[in-house]
Amino acid sequence: MKVGVEDIKCLAIGAAILGAGGGGDPYVGMMMAVKAIEENGDVTLLDPLSIDDDMFIIPTAMMGAPTIMNERIPSGGETIKSLHALEKHLGRKADATMPIESGGINSTIPFNVAARTGLPVIDADGMGRAFPELQMETFHIYGISGSPAAITDERGNTCIVNTVDNFQLEWIARGITIRMGGASHIAEYPMTGKDVKATGIHYSISLGIKIGKAVRGVGVSGKTALERLIEVTEGTTYGKCIPLFKGKIVDLERRTTAGFAVGNVTIEGLDEFQGKTLKISFQNENLVAICDGEVIASVPDIISILDSDRGFPITSENLRFGYRVQVVGISTPEIMRTPEALKVWGPRYFGYDFDFIPLELRHKEYYSRARLPPEKMVKYRDILR
Amino acid sequence: MGYKIGIDVGGTHTDAVIVSDKNEIVAADKTNTTPDPTDGIVESLDLVLKSSGVDVDEISHVMIGTTHCINAVVERKNLARVAVIRICKPAGQSIPPMYGWPDSLKSAVGATYWLVGGGYDYDGRKIGEFRDSEVRSVVREALEKGFNSFAVTGIFSPVIPDEELQVAEIIDSMSDGRAHVSVSHKIGRIGLLERENATILNAALTNVARSATNAIEEACRKRGIYGKLYFSQNDGMLMSVDYARQYPIFTIASGPTNSFRGASFLTGLRQAIVVDIGGTTLLAGMLVNGFPRQSAAWVEVGGVRTNFRMPDLVSIGCGGGTIVRFNDGRLTLGPDSVGYELERRALSWGGDLLTTTDVAVGLGYARIEGAKLVTDWIRDFDIKILVDAREMILRYLQEAVDQVKTTKEPLPMILVGGGGIIIPEDRYKSINGVSEVIRPVLFQYANALGAAVAEVGGEIEKVFSLDSGLTRQEALEQAKKLAVQEAVKAGAKSETVEVVDIDETFLAYLPSNAVKIRVKAAGKL
Repeated sequence: MKVGVEDIKCLAIGAAILGAGGGGDPYVGMMMAVKAIEENGDVTLLDPLSIDDDMFIIPTAMMGAPTIMNERIPSGGETIKSLHALEKHLGRKADATMPIESGGINSTIPFNVAARTGLPVIDADGMGRAFPELQMETFHIYGISGSPAAITDERGNTCIVNTVDNFQLEWIARGITIRMGGASHIAEYPMTGKDVKATGIHYSISLGIKIGKAVRGVGVSGKTALERLIEVTEGTTYGKCIPLFKGKIVDLERRTTAGFAVGNVTIEGLDEFQGKTLKISFQNENLVAICDGEVIASVPDIISILDSDRGFPITSENLRFGYRVQVVGISTPEIMRTPEALKVWGPRYFGYDFDFIPLELRHKEYYSRARLPPEKMVKYRDILR
Repeated sequence: MGYKIGIDVGGTHTDAVIVSDKNEIVAADKTNTTPDPTDGIVESLDLVLKSSGVDVDEISHVMIGTTHCINAVVERKNLARVAVIRICKPAGQSIPPMYGWPDSLKSAVGATYWLVGGGYDYDGRKIGEFRDSEVRSVVREALEKGFNSFAVTGIFSPVIPDEELQVAEIIDSMSDGRAHVSVSHKIGRIGLLERENATILNAALTNVARSATNAIEEACRKRGIYGKLYFSQNDGMLMSVDYARQYPIFTIASGPTNSFRGASFLTGLRQAIVVDIGGTTLLAGMLVNGFPRQSAAWVEVGGVRTNFRMPDLVSIGCGGGTIVRFNDGRLTLGPDSVGYELERRALSWGGDLLTTTDVAVGLGYARIEGAKLVTDWIRDFDIKILVDAREMILRYLQEAVDQVKTTKEPLPMILVGGGGIIIPEDRYKSINGVSEVIRPVLFQYANALGAAVAEVGGEIEKVFSLDSGLTRQEALEQAKKLAVQEAVKAGAKSETVEVVDIDETFLAYLPSNAVKIRVKAAGKL
């Protein structure tokens, strides 16, 4: 599949929906990728299951505060410099790059790298959504080392980081990022095609493009953005999007602790949700949705808040009192819901006193009518019947 | 004893008022807005001088809110060609200036830019080397190419403006003071592309601003008015003629802002919801300490993302002239409007289009003074359509009110603008989140009054790093002090200056406790 300028614009929206409220304003990342593709031509997106096992892949991303990157616009070559530094360190050229995250900025960064270097992008990532830390990766969970990693800034400084584990990588890379002015460009989790097959979240990038297309194409077929969103997610490795709630934001509390925007948003029901109240807790990303005291969705499943007219995603920092919103849940691939994965990003990791229950089991009635992907069929067939 | 004249140019009417130095209203008049807004301004000035009988010697101030600049941007007319300089290298090269702009606007400003070495990090460290010689060669080239308006933007210049100021000095000396320079730290906020866009638009508007201010000054002089001339800004503060020539972009939203300030003046309320319904749109926003709340996010101007100070408004195509249609069982409102042609095209004036005003007339809740209305169309009309349309108008109003509010607490709502008649009085009580609706007498002059009673102020925005022993409270105090100093510099009497707005943003995904603080202070002239 070839990814062009329009696809990138769709991906910025689709990935922000998968980003579950986090990942930052996608504008700068999107414009960088658009410019690079305009100048160098479309980027090849590779099917993660059809690549050679010994293909060598170096994922690329930005790290730090999106606000900084919106002011200190990159020059475009920083991430490539990281990639080359890591190639040199490892003595091996990359055959492809890949996103580590499906979220606002980081889903588009590898396309800037790819357009400028001619490398293809693998249709996969390591978060399947947005998360705040480097070890929150399926790559990490299933045994891939994030380091050696290369970190570059706009001045041209590059660090190679070798750490004992991925938690140390997060800690040290974050420290370097601060010294680099609050935002940096990173090449990390070098891996083979076999590793991608075993540990990556597959087809998340093409799904992001499809979701963006569906949302942007509102009205073309007379369907609402929500109807199209449900349509494109059904049968994918993620799973059918479920409309969780519709209403009006009536309360918003926010505070910042250790660099994270933490808070709660309260939504009062409208239409079929009249009389009900939904509360969503977020820590950059939306973590838990509670309707009248009952948990109806939780991390790692995706909880996304969309503007109810156009279906466009609203990131946590852009939530505002009075907005009319549609809240949707998107169930995540099974690779993100294993006991090992839940240890890294389940509700308990974020301080909640309950276990993860998949959307499919919280909303059996809805999912018993849905077309499930094979691996979910195996897991939920009996329960849902 | 002195009098102040306030004039506001709207889409349909240009209004003028004269108030005493105690802000008592002496006279108010209306005239039609003209293709060149200056003509309407001069006409309304003459009208209000005549009807008030005030001697021109007694006019101490003239305050003007005008659409010259927004018209120029929207129509891409009379814009100056701008030499764009970005101080950023080695960073900042991936997305060049004006990238993604509409082609018509880009070519109207000349689509020419240079990137030079320099820029800072948020904590003040230099990114690249700023070289005098590099800047000089760029400026020489631009001047040779015939540019005489410059837009200069440096990375993190809102934190450290030094390099932008150095470039401005170089341009000034190399052009012998003939070239205009817009520096971004005086215009926009953090967010390079949006701030740069606003700076380029500002530089492009300098010709328009110069000719408009000259013409208005000339008109005042001819009439023997030697009072001070001011222009009103987006944030409800006044600016001098010189400042308006330097920062014309700050006049771009002065219309809605004046109406908010006027609404506050007419009711004495400082915290309220304001709904201004004109011919084509319903605008809603919040008064915070007597000023319209400022937008924290980017705002699109002429098809371009910008982030300078603009009022935070919700705009809905639901004005007094908005066309109501009923097709295939579906009722729609607008978004188009008959605008100033209401009195020709609406059913109640013998026209053939159903407008929101006709809905109000048809259901008998509109009081329109001095108009001879046609009412026979109502007899044959399906009353249910009118009722449904009224409910739709009320629903739009409710949505707008919900969106501008930031708390659950009910607040008073001030309804201004001529199109306000489309909201039935007996339904004022049913608007959720609103404690009472106030429709002030003289609501139709809210805009001109808002200009006449405007204050002067100052604003600062700065990123503070709280790691170096500085507490949040100390950072806030520092910021407040700087804002008050700015207000006094702008001409406010220091004893009247107060802080009217504080906005704090923590930088997400960074554990280093950096906080961005924006403070605004205002005082009387």
